[in-house]
Amino acid sequence: MSNDPARGRVDLDAASSAPLHPAAREVLQAALERGYADPRRLHGSARDARLLLDNAREATADALGVRPDEVTFTSSGTDAVHRGLLGLVRGSRRGDIVVHPSVEHSSVLHAVAWGATGRQVSVDSHGRAHDGDLVQEAAAPGVAVVALQTANHEVGTLQPVGELELPSDVPLFTDACASMGRLPLPDGWTVAAGSAHKWGGPAGVGVLLVRKGARWRNPFPGDDRIDERITGFENVPAALAAAASLQAVVAERDRVNPEQHALIDLVRDRVAREVPDVEVVGDPVDRLPHLVTFSCLYVDGEALVHELDRRGFGIASGSACTASTLAPSHVLEAMGVLTHGNVRLSLQRDTTRADVEAFCDVLPEVVRELRGRVGL
Amino acid sequence: MNGYKSRLEPGSGELPEPDLELDCRDMRCPMPVIELARHLGDVEVGQVVGVVAHDVAARVDVPAWCRMRDQEYVGEDTADDGAPRYLVRRLS
Repeated sequence: MSNDPARGRVDLDAASSAPLHPAAREVLQAALERGYADPRRLHGSARDARLLLDNAREATADALGVRPDEVTFTSSGTDAVHRGLLGLVRGSRRGDIVVHPSVEHSSVLHAVAWGATGRQVSVDSHGRAHDGDLVQEAAAPGVAVVALQTANHEVGTLQPVGELELPSDVPLFTDACASMGRLPLPDGWTVAAGSAHKWGGPAGVGVLLVRKGARWRNPFPGDDRIDERITGFENVPAALAAAASLQAVVAERDRVNPEQHALIDLVRDRVAREVPDVEVVGDPVDRLPHLVTFSCLYVDGEALVHELDRRGFGIASGSACTASTLAPSHVLEAMGVLTHGNVRLSLQRDTTRADVEAFCDVLPEVVRELRGRVGL
Repeated sequence: MNGYKSRLEPGSGELPEPDLELDCRDMRCPMPVIELARHLGDVEVGQVVGVVAHDVAARVDVPAWCRMRDQEYVGEDTADDGAPRYLVRRLS
């Protein structure tokens, strides 16, 4: 079983966070020794740190197919989303409206609420935004940016990022946090954001990509660091480890993705067949390779998380009772699908077929037991 | 969603008064939907059950339940005290 064989635990919550990729482990250790100094200074240790930071930027650019000067390391994926999106709003000559689908990540919704005017478009039952709706809204006066995620973080559905034909002065911001590393970046964006701990890099590293020549203006106070798009002292070792992990994930993905896609097909199929009154949601084909979401009627989401955890399976849930806000997932709500009894399962890179089969073996019994508690 | 607009379904005119009202005001998800499943059989086929619930998940989950169980979601109005009420017609 993956992750922690000694305790027989299976972490099926990669979309929340992945363990450090083995390829990043030694890099991080070495960079902690060599990369502690201030990369802005001119002495030997500082030059070492600067070299490592430049290496991290080049390796990241190479893995993502962008220019090194388009790469900024932020303090998180959320920070990359906030800076990326609000910087385009600040740079716009048209206004401050952000057109976005209702299923964007909360970091996008919070950024819009803080520093822009939101205009939401609806999604279909798979959670996919219609490109025509976004393009039509984008042409309205006052629209600064269109924000569209590469893939939905909760249900896995891929979005039509590369298919949008926007007015030339309305840039596209894409939140690529759910897919970066696992899938190539789509075409057509001006600014993109990613999060290292979702691809097996360390937490506390986000990636902000700003295309050369983009009208992007720093929406927050500036600083006098190496990279003018960010503030604060660079976390050089973590950035380098994130880059090493990203390179490894990109190198592995042609092998890993088809395997994971097939394992998720297996989960979708077995859950739908073996659990009565269940709704498996998200696009079954055009989706992230490693993620599936389903909801079980009459089941308390919090109890489901705890019961599965007790049996050794770590999963996430979008049900209201599992959320700090006590509101159901805005993604499930926008799709009009059942919000209670919700499970989001996402595979780690070393999750095996046996792990997945074991999960599918225990699920029907857990659901039956929880329904039994309420007499159904 | 209350007042004039929520009482009207497109093309179907005024929403029906429920034949049975379930008080789920103080319940959290998934209890309102469980109550609905338990008590749908208390009305005849063609009659309407009203689920009164403050829990915000009910607004999504009652229509989703209807879709999954082949019952008719009629719409949302409000109970006498202003609490949201979700109307379901028993089809089978």
